[in-house]
Amino acid sequence: MSTAVGNTIVSLPDQSTAQLPKRHYINNEYGLLSWLLTEDHKRIALLYLFSVTFFFFIGGAFAGLIRLELLTPQPDLVAADTYNKFFTMHGLIMIFLFLVPSIPGVLGNFLIPLMIGARDLAFPKLNLLSWYVYMAGGTLTLAALVLGGVDTGWTFTTPLSTHYLNTHVITAAMAIFITGFSSILTGINFIVTIHRMRCPGMTWFRMPLFLWAHYAASLLMVLGTPVLATTLVLVALERLFGIGIFDPAKGGDPLLFQHLFWFYSHPAVYIMILPGMGVISEVISTCSRKRIFGYTAVAFSSVAIALFGFFVWEHHMFIMGVSSYSALVFSLLTMLVAVPSAIKIFNWAFTLQKGSITFETPMLYCFGFMGLFTIGGLTGVFLGSLGMDIHLTETYFVVAHFHFVMVGGGLMAFLAGIHFWWPKMTGRMYPETISKLAAVTTFIGFNLTFLPQFVLGYLGLPRRYAAYPPEFQVLNVLSTAGATVLGFGYMLPMLYLVWSLKYGAIAGSNPWQATGLEWQIASPPPTENFAEIPIMDHEVYDYEWLANKTKKEVTTVG
Amino acid sequence: MDSALATTDPADLHAEQEHGHVSLPQHRHHFETVEQQREAGSFGMWLFLLTEIMFFGGMFLAYLLYRNWYYPAFVVGSNQLSVRIGTFNTMVLITSGFCMAIGVWAAEVRKRSLLTAMLVTTTLLGVLFLSLKYDEYHEKYELHHIPGNNFNVSMFTNPAGYGIKEAPLPPDMAQKTQVFFFLYFAMTGMHALHMIIGLGILCWLIPRARRGDFSSGYVAPVENFALYWHFIDVVWLFLYPLLYLINRHPMH
Ligand code: HEM
Ligand SMILES: [Cu+2]
Repeated sequence: MSTAVGNTIVSLPDQSTAQLPKRHYINNEYGLLSWLLTEDHKRIALLYLFSVTFFFFIGGAFAGLIRLELLTPQPDLVAADTYNKFFTMHGLIMIFLFLVPSIPGVLGNFLIPLMIGARDLAFPKLNLLSWYVYMAGGTLTLAALVLGGVDTGWTFTTPLSTHYLNTHVITAAMAIFITGFSSILTGINFIVTIHRMRCPGMTWFRMPLFLWAHYAASLLMVLGTPVLATTLVLVALERLFGIGIFDPAKGGDPLLFQHLFWFYSHPAVYIMILPGMGVISEVISTCSRKRIFGYTAVAFSSVAIALFGFFVWEHHMFIMGVSSYSALVFSLLTMLVAVPSAIKIFNWAFTLQKGSITFETPMLYCFGFMGLFTIGGLTGVFLGSLGMDIHLTETYFVVAHFHFVMVGGGLMAFLAGIHFWWPKMTGRMYPETISKLAAVTTFIGFNLTFLPQFVLGYLGLPRRYAAYPPEFQVLNVLSTAGATVLGFGYMLPMLYLVWSLKYGAIAGSNPWQATGLEWQIASPPPTENFAEIPIMDHEVYDYEWLANKTKKEVTTVG
Repeated sequence: MDSALATTDPADLHAEQEHGHVSLPQHRHHFETVEQQREAGSFGMWLFLLTEIMFFGGMFLAYLLYRNWYYPAFVVGSNQLSVRIGTFNTMVLITSGFCMAIGVWAAEVRKRSLLTAMLVTTTLLGVLFLSLKYDEYHEKYELHHIPGNNFNVSMFTNPAGYGIKEAPLPPDMAQKTQVFFFLYFAMTGMHALHMIIGLGILCWLIPRARRGDFSSGYVAPVENFALYWHFIDVVWLFLYPLLYLINRHPMH
């Protein structure tokens, strides 16, 4: 922090005199039950933080095992069947138990009421319920794992999942079914809160972009997830009773499954990335002390992504025997969906231009996001072009594409957000130097892991096999080496963030000099958030307003 | 679309609070006004119903697809359902929806005993619907029309042998009646599941209504439940023609 202050024109507040408030949401009540039965959105956010971190490391362990197996061309570490179970568990946990709930569950829960100037989400009990539902789904997923695992891939592809496997498909499907309800409940809660709980003066176009992004993601959760629920119910029924809804032998259509599944799962990728984009908007604006360039465009691009996101699902099915005319249309629509994402990237870049940029850790993660997400998005456009996709589908190219957007994008944004709001959530700063090291390590490790996979895929290595021809070994070893670095990069925040709970510098209410309402109250915030409901009497990202306000405080208090 | 709260100036808000209806014991602290709480509740309910539409949507899609592909099998399958019971049940549901609507009105004008009576009638009609549905399911069970290994196809390849007035289907198409029956059970089963949940909620509402919880100005739970109940009715209004009335007795 202080190092950053030295070489910019911005003066961040002097933290040496900062103090923790006497009463805040963490020490307001004590005891396990006060956490397990809490209806405070900030405490529920912390519950989510613990649980998504837990699942992240389990999913990460499977990633490690996968990379370890792929160190050599022969399937020598584990048998092919076990390998299938590894990547299935890795995918299920990372997607449904980590990426989907991570930013909304932790940061969304914590920040949405604070940012719109409300005391809580509209339905606090529902919020707690959604955490319990999530935990139930998570437990059932672990049960599927302990009972012996599943090997369908996270996509539950029929007829493989309904006819040919005797692993725990039904348990896993029910686990995901249940987890889905948690995200539906969260989505409903967010939408109602954003519509109905804004403080006086907080018009739609004074909302921080974080809220627009969460609003769009919530729409996707509410409209998409129920379709996944139907699909999983049908898979389970087909498997249990042998009814032929997806079975061609009995007159069913396996393509119907694909349509239903991807109708949810393409929008789901935006459920994972939109909240992340919201985080990036906040951090970039704060760390360059400028209003986001083209605020309205960025706001509407979130909504556009949510809208277009529902009309591209067939790009996952180009080689599955869909009509080539419809493939043409979907290819075109896929190109279109990249436009709003590009709008965001360009606007962030223009926000940086002539800004007073400082390079704190959250900002480093943001730069990581911008670079990696751009590569991920552009390779998505490659995959969206019909001719390219026929060559690249089901290869490591696709694996690299979605890891660039989900890990390079989603996870980087999550870490940016966690670091950025850590002082607000805990009242203490994270240690700056080592966290910068972690940010740089993850960036390097990430590229080392996934860049070789683009090449592997382009050369034709199919995904989801435990063995591969020996000539691909060099690139695979590089990738495994990168994964090791990456794993190290993720362990670091885990350690120093816990350390900072006790030893971190006391942050004070607004360490970044950010403009959001959440920064105008104590850190950690009091249980009721605002002593009196605030009035939003200025535009969003108005740094002049903040400067005036700070000046006044200094003259009246000191 | 905007809530009053977001646009009014805070002075008005406080004035409104002092004038009143804030005294309701059900007012939760994080809402500024009772009005805001009520709006949030019904908005949330509408969103929930939207998710329900998407949930049933997947099955309606499957229905459309297979009905197009296997029309003859769907016709014959549909002819095995009892239009009499189906029609009667439709009337039962519509009546129960009507009672529910009167119940909401009763809560709004604070008539406690009328509200309780209406909720009880709604429950009874719901139970009646489900018992008739059970009867239909049971008949299908006895006729081996439940898809799966015990499914009896010969009834459709050789209808005359069973005294059914239908043209015999080629074996291939006859198999597809399973798809019809599967959709029939999945869709009406999901519908019935929603009714059972609804009946559970009614059993929780009735004692509270008798206590007078909802007849002193706090009507949100009754209102929101009514939305849910009407939604179930509407789903049935689609299921009934799609499943029972595909093509009644073309041979006559
Ligand atoms: C920016 C625009 C994007 C475009 C044009 C795009 C395009 C595509 C295409 C065409 C495929 C299918 C490849 C194939 O299987 O042959 C694909 C796969 C995938 N994409 Fe994207 N994508 C984009 C953004 C994203 C984002 C933001 C995410 C997640 C955060 C994502 C996650 C995925 C995943 C998980 C898969 C693979 C699914 C699987 O088969 O397991 N994509 N993408
Ligand atoms: Cu997609």
